Amino acid sequence: MRIGVVTFPGSLDDTDASRAVRIAGAEAVRLWHADKRLPMIDAVVLPGGFSYGDYLRCGAIARFAPIMDAVVDAARGGMPVLGICNGFQVLCEAHLLPGALTRNQHLRFRNHDQALRVENAAAWTNAYEPGQQVVIPVKHGEGCYVADERTLDELEATGRVAFRYLGGNPNGSRRDIAGITNEAGNVLGLMPHPEHAVEALTGPSTDGLGVFTSVLKHLAGAPS
Amino acid sequence: MSTTDQVAPPVTGDAWKHAPDTVEAARANPDELQPHLELGLRDDEYERIKQILGRRPTQSELAMYSIMWSEHCSYKSSKVHLRQFSEKAPPSERMLAGIGENAGVVRISDTLAVTFKVESHNHPSYVEPYQGAATGVGGIVRDILAMGARPVAVMDPLRFGAADHPDTARVLPGVVAGVGGYGNCLGLPNIGGEVVFDPCYQGNPLVNALCLGVLPADRLQNKAAAGPGNVVVLLGAKTGRDGIGGVSVLASATFDDESQQRRPSVQVGDPFTEKLLIEACLELYDANLVVGIQDLGGAGLTCALTETAAAAGTGMRVWLERVPLREPSMEPHEILASESQERMLLIVTPERLDAVLQVAAKWGVLATAIGEVTPAQPDGQPGRLLITWNGYPVADVPPGSLADDGPVYARPMREPADLILLQADRAETLPRPATPEALRETLLRMIGSPNLCDKTWVTEQYDRYVLGNTVLAQPEDAGVIRIDERTNLGVALSVDGNGRYARLDPYTGAKLALAESYRNVIVTGAAPVAVTNCLNFGSPEDPGVMWQFAEAVRGLADGCAELGIPVTGGNVSFYNQTGAAAIHPTPVVGVLGVLEDVTQRVPMGFHRDGDVIIVLGETRAELSGSEWAWVTHGHLGGVPPQVDLAREKLLAGVLADAIKVGFISSAHDVSEGGIAQVLVESCLRRGVGARVALPPRFAVGAMPFLYLFSESAGRAVVAVPRGQEKAFTALCDERGLPWSAIGVVDATGGELEIRGQFTIGLDELRGAYSRTLPDLFGAAAATPTPVPVGAESEPVTELAAEPAAQETAPRDDGDG
Repeated sequence: MRIGVVTFPGSLDDTDASRAVRIAGAEAVRLWHADKRLPMIDAVVLPGGFSYGDYLRCGAIARFAPIMDAVVDAARGGMPVLGICNGFQVLCEAHLLPGALTRNQHLRFRNHDQALRVENAAAWTNAYEPGQQVVIPVKHGEGCYVADERTLDELEATGRVAFRYLGGNPNGSRRDIAGITNEAGNVLGLMPHPEHAVEALTGPSTDGLGVFTSVLKHLAGAPS
Repeated sequence: MSTTDQVAPPVTGDAWKHAPDTVEAARANPDELQPHLELGLRDDEYERIKQILGRRPTQSELAMYSIMWSEHCSYKSSKVHLRQFSEKAPPSERMLAGIGENAGVVRISDTLAVTFKVESHNHPSYVEPYQGAATGVGGIVRDILAMGARPVAVMDPLRFGAADHPDTARVLPGVVAGVGGYGNCLGLPNIGGEVVFDPCYQGNPLVNALCLGVLPADRLQNKAAAGPGNVVVLLGAKTGRDGIGGVSVLASATFDDESQQRRPSVQVGDPFTEKLLIEACLELYDANLVVGIQDLGGAGLTCALTETAAAAGTGMRVWLERVPLREPSMEPHEILASESQERMLLIVTPERLDAVLQVAAKWGVLATAIGEVTPAQPDGQPGRLLITWNGYPVADVPPGSLADDGPVYARPMREPADLILLQADRAETLPRPATPEALRETLLRMIGSPNLCDKTWVTEQYDRYVLGNTVLAQPEDAGVIRIDERTNLGVALSVDGNGRYARLDPYTGAKLALAESYRNVIVTGAAPVAVTNCLNFGSPEDPGVMWQFAEAVRGLADGCAELGIPVTGGNVSFYNQTGAAAIHPTPVVGVLGVLEDVTQRVPMGFHRDGDVIIVLGETRAELSGSEWAWVTHGHLGGVPPQVDLAREKLLAGVLADAIKVGFISSAHDVSEGGIAQVLVESCLRRGVGARVALPPRFAVGAMPFLYLFSESAGRAVVAVPRGQEKAFTALCDERGLPWSAIGVVDATGGELEIRGQFTIGLDELRGAYSRTLPDLFGAAAATPTPVPVGAESEPVTELAAEPAAQETAPRDDGDG
């Protein structure tokens, strides 16, 4: 399996995401923001960081990067797409996911090990037990997930809330939402960083690995 | 975007209207009055400039000399003392670049090297906390980048005034947000540092920034502008009016009431541009496209031009109007003095210029050819730096006269008159808690005091995970970074200082800072190899301060010689005072160690039930300068704890050997707050309790207090897996290292018991330890830091599993 990892100017966790892909057992393919087409790949990761400095609004400029047209097309065609932190922000800006990520309610950047509950079993979450509790780091200044009540109700009703914060909401997100999927289930955006929880040596746990093994499971089982 | 055209453009009629001061004008009007005093130059220094040039300087030249001969750039007061770092340095085969380079470079394997350095950004951070601190990070990162290294981690030793002072509530949140805002956006994990409060820093906080970088040993870059005909390229941000006079006006003068109005002298940072600059430079190095490189920091373009030319003995011809400007109205002396951030100066061969410009374009970084390297003079003398602006010659100087041959002063020194009285006022005579209840109350008060309390409020604003190589980070004793994923080679890094100790005795204080930093590195299992330092002092024009500085330098140089690890670089920050009141002399010392296998690193927290808790080293009645004396009596007097570096080396040797065979499951250095602080931190780190019985001779009367709160140096508290304590203590005995077994780790009790004295639940300890900073500076989050049940046990088993796997061999040997 080949999983692409996009580097925008200002991407920071692209190396980490590539490492996580490798540890999960796939090949990581580095993608450049200025490329207009995707090479032969099976899935795409939009990594964390501050794309284009996150000036204007987080993810607002990256959404217009040349590679994003190809990513949006691929996502609509069913290719699994994962957006982590800044990548989640980009996915919302690109309208692949509903809602928006706003400034943390306490107004500070915050990095700590966060307890989460896995809430669904889609392309990027099927390797977890339903309701499994995991610990994965969060680190962001603008991770407060907001959407109108109808959208939130719909997300809940259709099983599209993928991760929920446990033991304290770190940013004021509506309904403790940490990550959501699109209708088809192939696109996941989440604020916590699963790529920082793939090695016992460097992470608070290895709970993040499940996100990457999920997609391999999904791809192996998916009809071609 | 750039041009290689070396012909000066014709002077337009418009330009004549704003004719700058030229070399010809300086010759024609030799007696024109110049504002050298306002620019920080003394009369005799001004005369020397005239002597060097054979005429009065032009306006641009005067600006150049004033910033390059400032204390900050020229080290004119410190140079005569700093020589000791080289003269007394122990031989080291690891050092690839040392003092005088942008940062010291140390080889850590056949192919890899690391570089690290700490610098100050004190005054700007007081004037404008966010930008001052942010650009402090940006500046040190460029120093590391200039050596050819990829920056991989930062640390920030910070010192503020009293924690409850209203101005601290202005300065601290801004500084912390600035450090985080810049470092997080660069993608550099922040792995350690200090947060210290003392009223002496009220009008002059200390914001020091350290950066660590990694490079293939053969990619080491240098700053020499070699090769006449080579092109001088300015890479990075446009040049603006920010930071003009930063080094001379802000960094090299005592603070006064007007300092707050000096905001224009503070630079403004753009971490996104710096991130692109880093990636562009690394790509240039890997493609071997650069002859020489220098970062632009203090003194901006002037410093970069003169230092690169002086290092090669060449000259340079620069067309100043080619420098891309944010404000087109900038005059030549402003362009030369601007400290705009995120810029680097490259020396490249003409044939590779296009390739360099292509790499810059790929990363969206501006690159402009602004000059060329010119030969040395026919008589063998170094070349000259000739700068024109729109055809006007605005500077014609020997580069070495600015970069290397600034004034050097052996300033008068005198032991401060109050020192003898201060040293006689010993804290050992203060009333001490003598009952178990009083001791319990003292412990809770101490762990909640600003210097000893939980610093999570600060450190969780920093990204510690990015790059995925952080093995240990704060609150651990040292930060540990994996350098090589294939071999698990890594480094440990710590930075420490104690201004109170140095105030009581600067010679011993500097050695104690070195000893603590060294100890913080060895408890992780790393072997110390190199030292960096940031020397924060008051005005060098005060003989008392100058004496403190000389003593501290002597102490640090002697200490490094005794420990056998060289100083590879550092920074001096003088004029840290408001009015007549200087800060405590504050030498901050960083020690770098090598871990051959980072999976063997030792964390600080208790995590395995039944481990035997052993104190290594001797506890003496040493309370002067201690945190206890300050917190409970507001007292500072006496002499600081003794320092015995031979003992520290012995401790290092025992720990290294014991860690290799799996004798140690956790280790924590003893420093401020004494053994009490260590026990509390070791318990709270992973929520694991302990039962302690004090050694018999410390068990009665006021002795338990002494044992728990003395700050004697040379000590560490280790947890040894049960069954291995005999083998371990036999090793200590064999080496002559004093030890005492004081208790066991109790993973199920959920409390810290000091037998015969008191028992405190971990929840109560955590409450006392954790609430201080959120109470002072606002709750960091809508909800408290989660300590998820079940989640916490994950890493515990993880950590426990590793040593357990290696246990078999030593256990078989030891217990038969």
